Amino acid sequence: MVSLLIGMLVGAALFAAGMYYNPFTGHGSVSPLAVLNEKHLDVTYTAVPGDTILYTDNGESTVNTHPDRVVDLWEPAIVDTRIAVVLLKNSRGNAVGLGIKFSTDSEQTALINSQALVNSAWHIYLPGQGTLLVDQVENYWPYLREIVVPARWSSGDSWKGSFFGIMTQGPGALGTARVSGGTGKFAGMNSEAVESLTARAYSAIDGPVSMHGSLTIILPKATIETE
Amino acid sequence: MPIFYRVSRLFKTFISGILLGLVGAGVLTYSVPAVDLHREPSLMTVQANGGNSEIFRIDLPRDRILVGLVGTDNALPAGLEWPGDELFGNLQAEMFKIRDRNDVVIGVASRLANASEETGPFIEWVLHLPARGTVYLQMNLAASAEGHRSGRMIAGTRDFETLTGTVRERFITDIENEDFSAGERIELITTLIGQLGDEE
Repeated sequence: MVSLLIGMLVGAALFAAGMYYNPFTGHGSVSPLAVLNEKHLDVTYTAVPGDTILYTDNGESTVNTHPDRVVDLWEPAIVDTRIAVVLLKNSRGNAVGLGIKFSTDSEQTALINSQALVNSAWHIYLPGQGTLLVDQVENYWPYLREIVVPARWSSGDSWKGSFFGIMTQGPGALGTARVSGGTGKFAGMNSEAVESLTARAYSAIDGPVSMHGSLTIILPKATIETE
Repeated sequence: MPIFYRVSRLFKTFISGILLGLVGAGVLTYSVPAVDLHREPSLMTVQANGGNSEIFRIDLPRDRILVGLVGTDNALPAGLEWPGDELFGNLQAEMFKIRDRNDVVIGVASRLANASEETGPFIEWVLHLPARGTVYLQMNLAASAEGHRSGRMIAGTRDFETLTGTVRERFITDIENEDFSAGERIELITTLIGQLGDEE
């Protein structure tokens, strides 16, 4: 009986190891929009909660909310939701807009398929240009596997290295996000976008230390002509 | 019993355990959802001409998450560092928790408004209901004589993806509530309808 139990534990551990080290799953580092020849809008933002304008979650994660006295999202219906309000910057590092990101763990998550999915929506305002909504499904499995788990296993409770990954996995057929224009030159626009994450340092105690995200939004011809 | 036979039986049991553990962990990982979002019953009213109507409530000030506005003393939360006016001008950014008709929190929302935006003034809402999807709403600038502001749904995701419709925003003062004796409330009343399929 004891050998059966030990065998079952070893089997479960082998399964977990196989899932974690699965060589058939990698992470995308080439944007599906890279092959398109259309004009696009690139913005970056900090993914370090302490550097955002506001970050909040259920208050029980390792990541500290910001500012300190922001309300927690503790109610049952929103306990798996996070909100980040960030300044959006252009490639020169100048602030060009405001982004509000709502993220919720997805029920489509299937760890057996290396999918830790998150449904997220960006409400974006770019002064002088307009507003838009970006709806996407993101896969955080590579982020968990290559950053979070190694940081927890590390004796220093931290991870340092170089990570770049395309986070967007849908809902577009090519693994792109769906963009809906609101006002200004984006009014009536339907387009695609991709979000990526670049990380250099992560703490298992405090969360992201050096990390930023990028959003690439395709601008259809009609949108460019209104500029 | 010879020791070789006992070790051999132990080894066989151990191998069987490994196989059981592998299969068990696989079945468990496949069948037990890693994420199980909490759902509140939807409180909708069916409309006479099709579609349905739903009321979303925001009780003030308890449901406020963020008030971002240049030059205000009422920025929320305390310690918020709102970007300067050279970038956002008169942009008013607010975020709230949203409740259903029974006053149960069911999601979060953002409201952006700017009366002096150079591409045109606007008022917008994004309602994010974790278990259902996201709704993107655009409001008319002018309020009605009764103080209501109407608008339309621009886009929706997941459960709302195929819906279109309208929304009405109204600001109510002096509400009475057991948990919330006196205050104000924003009500958003959506009327959404599914698109008709292609005729065969």
